[in-house]
Amino acid sequence: MTPTEPFVFLGCLELNELLPHEAHDARELLLQLERVPVESIFCHTSAALLHRPVLPEAYPNDFALWVGTDVRDGRLAERLAAVDPFHAGSMERVREELIATIGDHLQHLGAAPPRTQGRRFRFFQLHLVPVPTGHKARNLGEFRDAIAEVDVSAIFYHTIEARYRSGRGRGDFAEWVGSALGLNELADRLAHIDPHAGSLERIRDRHLSVLSDALAGEVS
Amino acid sequence: MAQSSLLTLDDYRQVAPRGTVDLLRRIGERLRGRRFVHVSASRYGGQAVEVLNRVVPLLNDLGIETSWEIIIGTADFDQVVRALGKALAGTEQVITDAMLGRLRETCLDNARRLQLEADLVMVHDVTPLGLVESRSASGRWVWRCHQDLSSVQPQLWTALRPMAQRYDAAVFSVARFAAPLSIPRFIVYPSIDPLSERNREMTRAEQAVQLDRLRVPRDKPILLQVGPFERQHDPLGVVNAYRLVKKLHDVRLVLAGPPPAPGGDALGDVQEAASRDPDISVIVLPPDPHVELNALERAATIAIQKPLRAGFTIEVATAMWKGKPVIGTIAGGIPFQMVANVTGYTVETVEGAAFRIRHLLSNPELIGRMGAAGREHVRRNFLVTRHLSDYLAVLAHLTEHAGG
Repeated sequence: MTPTEPFVFLGCLELNELLPHEAHDARELLLQLERVPVESIFCHTSAALLHRPVLPEAYPNDFALWVGTDVRDGRLAERLAAVDPFHAGSMERVREELIATIGDHLQHLGAAPPRTQGRRFRFFQLHLVPVPTGHKARNLGEFRDAIAEVDVSAIFYHTIEARYRSGRGRGDFAEWVGSALGLNELADRLAHIDPHAGSLERIRDRHLSVLSDALAGEVS
Repeated sequence: MAQSSLLTLDDYRQVAPRGTVDLLRRIGERLRGRRFVHVSASRYGGQAVEVLNRVVPLLNDLGIETSWEIIIGTADFDQVVRALGKALAGTEQVITDAMLGRLRETCLDNARRLQLEADLVMVHDVTPLGLVESRSASGRWVWRCHQDLSSVQPQLWTALRPMAQRYDAAVFSVARFAAPLSIPRFIVYPSIDPLSERNREMTRAEQAVQLDRLRVPRDKPILLQVGPFERQHDPLGVVNAYRLVKKLHDVRLVLAGPPPAPGGDALGDVQEAASRDPDISVIVLPPDPHVELNALERAATIAIQKPLRAGFTIEVATAMWKGKPVIGTIAGGIPFQMVANVTGYTVETVEGAAFRIRHLLSNPELIGRMGAAGREHVRRNFLVTRHLSDYLAVLAHLTEHAGG
């Protein structure tokens, strides 16, 4: 993106594909985690934000949620919840951490792992269809106003998808503010917004808050 | 507001999440000129058909040339379809080779008559499944199966599976309904139309007129279950839960459902159970009871869905859209619509249902909070605009990856 280029907002349509991989206990979960496409790891970790309602107490990825609620293994659920895709660097690294966590847990279990008492875990993968929302920004004011208006899928696309699947640096918002507007301190603040905020709407609100502060002159 | 039949996508700006309509218009521009054909067995009755009645005009409004074809058959074909429906739902039926042959012949006859040249052909449910055997080389074909195939009669699935495999993809309503197939299987949740007669806003005066007509007094909190008077929907279990609640809370129970099909229904037992309690109303609904159900759901304090076996049960979403907490079982699609402990409670027993109802009645602030959370959850996940978005995603994904 060149410094003079406006920021073009893209939202996305999503399509959930059911994969033929299933698990009934932690051992099967580990086995399938080794086999599923990396897209599926993304779907059940970072992309879980797409549908998560505001549940402050909920574990942040589908694996921990399932182990906690259906397998009812609180210890493993807590450990899986601590695998952080937002700091792992790549989805393959997330896969490795999940496998290592479950492997260690099974090794110290000393018995057969408990079976699900509810639903089996079904693996999905997510297909995204990017779509321009029609919003463009040439300055910080337009940028903030567009973030306030766009479909929430654009927040997902430019923060989560950009950063954790497509590997676009610190996410599109922070990159543009830093490179096109030259506001490096502000770019850092945007890049450090916690994706565990609870929902995409909360992530939107935090961006708006940071940008409004900047427009009020608190950040140069 | 425009009349329901004249609605355009812009009418949904008032109810859909912000930005949604603009995004749909943009993807419409990108897919403009593509041809999308839906095929089903009927234009009337059933939730899936209701959604098509809304989705097809909205797709055309977006510039995607969309038509809806209906497969027709003779009286004996209808008998075959009814038997197939029961066998798909897991009720053992005698399905003969002759019946399967009739299904194939009817599809073949219809394929000669129907306009099926399109970028995407979406075939709804099992009746027109065999149309795919006449597909041309161009265009992509998707089987949209609304039924739960988790208990399908194995011999029947063995016969149908080769036909399903000829599609480019299948779409199921939830993962647990999906049958094993080697083609891609996508999940698209059913949806509600927030501007339909069933779900539109309704004044208190209009509600009162409907409730008076149904003879439902508004003097006490109302517990409501909407569903067929069949044992698998457990209306007697709901009556028993109500009785446990009634010991501590002065409430009214309303059970509303369509006229039962001949044989095997529980209506007589429910009416008998209600006959000695003036606070139980058993309502056999008229045909197309959209306004009546809208009024009942708005008047309810708590909605209950306690089936033992169920399909998707979109009544959960319709009640949540009206700001009602839902007490539901984990059958069918119910747990996929609710967020347990946030928009309502999932329960497994009569006692569990009674406990949760009592808990809500004793903590009325929770009723408002859960109801509001449920409405927002539906706004984001179960409105027809999301359904439209999913179908556009199928169209874009399959036609832009054609041959790839």
